[in-house]
Amino acid sequence: MVLSAADKSNVKACWGKIGSHAGDYGTEALERTFCCFPTTKTYFPHFDLSHGSAQVKAHGQKVADALTQAVAHIDDLPNALSALSDLHAYKLRVDPVNFKLLSHCLLVTLACHHPAEFTPAVHASLDKFFSAVSTVLTSKYR
Amino acid sequence: MSFLSAEEKGLVNGLWGKVNVDEVGGEALGRLLVVYPWTQRFFQSFGDLSSADAIMGNSKVKAHGKKVLNSFSDGLKNIDDLKGAFAKLSELHCDKLHVDPENFRLLGNVLVCVLAHHFGHEFNPQVQAAFQKVVAGVANALAHKYH
Repeated sequence: MVLSAADKSNVKACWGKIGSHAGDYGTEALERTFCCFPTTKTYFPHFDLSHGSAQVKAHGQKVADALTQAVAHIDDLPNALSALSDLHAYKLRVDPVNFKLLSHCLLVTLACHHPAEFTPAVHASLDKFFSAVSTVLTSKYR
Repeated sequence: MSFLSAEEKGLVNGLWGKVNVDEVGGEALGRLLVVYPWTQRFFQSFGDLSSADAIMGNSKVKAHGKKVLNSFSDGLKNIDDLKGAFAKLSELHCDKLHVDPENFRLLGNVLVCVLAHHFGHEFNPQVQAAFQKVVAGVANALAHKYH
């Protein structure tokens, strides 16, 4: 699965539109993930996961910032995400299934907030992009 | 023990009442074929599926999407016995159509994206969570008779 030139262009355009809301959307996507897929909460026993939690907000911003970096370096994700890849493989060890769950909730969040941008073609490109990021983040697991 | 709590049923039915089932069906099936192109394998006879625009405008895709979602909608009326409600369709999808149940999960999640797209903020985390349970339940019910 390879990101085409059109995919990269779609992702950059969409992420560009999001601008400073990225942190909010990262937070919302996390909240949706915890709400819809309660098993994901097992990775955050040390967090206050209630609505409006400062910890979730900070983490959402972190996730969004990483995705912004990924978009900026979309031509070389393995390099750009290398440190995060190490972190997930050796320290966090989040089961790979969970990346699909968060990716889905990121799509839902974007669909809610940017209906005009969320065309079928952009939906496809974003799904591929999140999948590519997830693949890199789990690439050193074994 | 009910599949959904009373509150969840309220959230689902509340939103579903506002859904144009025919349109959303076409949209969901179309997006499935665009986002996960390998799913086109079941629709070789549908004509032009060569681009996102072609797929979304394809009348056979719209008609079939309408059929699928009306069936889903009927299933919602039997939310506490999805396995019973979808038993015959499960047999059909296994024995005649040979559809991998993974496709039901993909379509369910695309449907969730379409609902989010249509309803925006109204499709909040609690509503989404209720719908995730529903689409998972329907996917499991459709897979239940596979052998």
